[in-house]
Amino acid sequence: MTLSETRLIDKPTIKKDFPFLDGTIFLDSAATSQMPVPVCESMSEHYRLGASNVHRGVYDWSVRATDKFECTRRKVAAFIGAQDERECIFTGGTTDALNLLAQTWGETNITAHDTVVVTSMEHHSNLLPWTQLAERKGANLIWWEVTDEGELDLDQLPEILAAQPKLVALTWVSNVLGTINPVEKLIPQLKEHGATVVLDGAQAVPHMPCDVTKLGADFLAFSAHKMLGPTGIGVLWGRAELLEEMPPCRFGGSMILSVRRDRVRWAEIPHKFEGGTPNISGVHGLGAAIDYLNSIGMDKVRKHEVELVTYAMEQLGQLDGLKVFGPQDPARRSGVISFEFRGIHPHDLATIIGREGVCARAGHHCCQPLMKNLGRQGTTRASFYIYNTREDVDVLVGALKKAGEVFKDVIL
Amino acid sequence: MVVDLAADDDLYKAIILEHYSRPPHKGPLPEHTHYDEGINPSCGDEIELFIKVDDDVVQEVNFDGVGCSICLASASMLTKLLRGKTVEEAKEFRQAFKDWITVREPEPSPVDLDELEALGGVRNYPVRIKCALLAWETFEGALRKQSVN
Repeated sequence: MTLSETRLIDKPTIKKDFPFLDGTIFLDSAATSQMPVPVCESMSEHYRLGASNVHRGVYDWSVRATDKFECTRRKVAAFIGAQDERECIFTGGTTDALNLLAQTWGETNITAHDTVVVTSMEHHSNLLPWTQLAERKGANLIWWEVTDEGELDLDQLPEILAAQPKLVALTWVSNVLGTINPVEKLIPQLKEHGATVVLDGAQAVPHMPCDVTKLGADFLAFSAHKMLGPTGIGVLWGRAELLEEMPPCRFGGSMILSVRRDRVRWAEIPHKFEGGTPNISGVHGLGAAIDYLNSIGMDKVRKHEVELVTYAMEQLGQLDGLKVFGPQDPARRSGVISFEFRGIHPHDLATIIGREGVCARAGHHCCQPLMKNLGRQGTTRASFYIYNTREDVDVLVGALKKAGEVFKDVIL
Repeated sequence: MVVDLAADDDLYKAIILEHYSRPPHKGPLPEHTHYDEGINPSCGDEIELFIKVDDDVVQEVNFDGVGCSICLASASMLTKLLRGKTVEEAKEFRQAFKDWITVREPEPSPVDLDELEALGGVRNYPVRIKCALLAWETFEGALRKQSVN
């Protein structure tokens, strides 16, 4: 067995870069990932060396902050395969990015004559902005259903294409089922039928190579805090010609070219969408997180995840009464595993395994329509990232056995 | 029964698992006078309470719904303990339980909390306090509402 089959980064490096993980089995990176020391340092540097606003001052501190800020925009563009860094808008996160999009592109493009498609595996953040928009505009709303295997129902695709939707809101990777949707196949077909495709990349961009140009998507949103970066910062990527057409929706400093009493001219993209002082240290943190991931390589990040999920599915599969939701083939899923165990309520399960040092998530994962489809109130979810190892899976399995003991005589 | 094993557990005590497994007053009560539903948005748990008040006394109270063991055991204990109390006594009892469960180091309760004392373990798991309180908050909501009959 080679080293890469058991861990992506060696133990001393994990210890050095993620010292707080010692003794804790963190299996909730789909909710938020941990920040390695270099990322924390990159953020605090902004304050320790003298803070300044960006795009304003002519003094050294401001030049330094602005350079680092715009350098990160170039890093982001390269990381996701964007042609043009101006296509990357810094936002407060995925939810913020998608709401911004609904407020600008949505408000100006969706009318009562249009059809909007959402999938029933969307996170509420790529669902509610669009269902609310459709309701406001009186637009037709189609739900793209999920099969019992936890994949998008491709049999429904002809119906969706025939409806010629103006917008399809689609998650690249399900935060509950781990399903990787075949976006590279779906996007060309949807676009051929006139749809604008909004990809929720929150669970995908941190975990696998991303090339928006090859995908041909129109918009992509993701968050720094799920990819080793800080909370409060994310990205909305959009094709430049679409962004140029969109009106700004957050008015204030930084987003104008000139303001007269009778006439306002907006700044160019991306700045016209970035009104107000941005989260500067957050952007620095995102840049450092991208550096960290690039130093490993996204191909390797993905490979590590497949290896870990394969092992986890094998081990979990040996527990009596354990059911994993979503695709059973590890190659078709990301590092997210939702499961149920002997009917034990997810909160009870997460509490008991939490006592064994395992941090896992329990609940509906902000996907209540999907929970309804699954016929469940919630699930227990373990999610993996670069710092997780097979030993973590073993501890999880041991903790689940303890939960089984506590509830062994309970009639459910 | 689970007595031996669960007796060692600071949270999942035998009496809790017993109520969870075999709640004595579960299911809709057609002839109720008060009703409310409670939802815990963080986990999606849902409780319905059916209360029959007659002559200012809680004659009957049933719960229905889905939730974790703490949530449903607490609801089941409610249906057992509030039965026969006057509305005023029931309100005082609810407040006493809430005061007792939500503080880190509680004073002895002014009322006898009976089986509810078994829920004291949730103090070690602060996010689960909401689970233990859901039925009780729902009870208060139901009484605040106009009588349905």
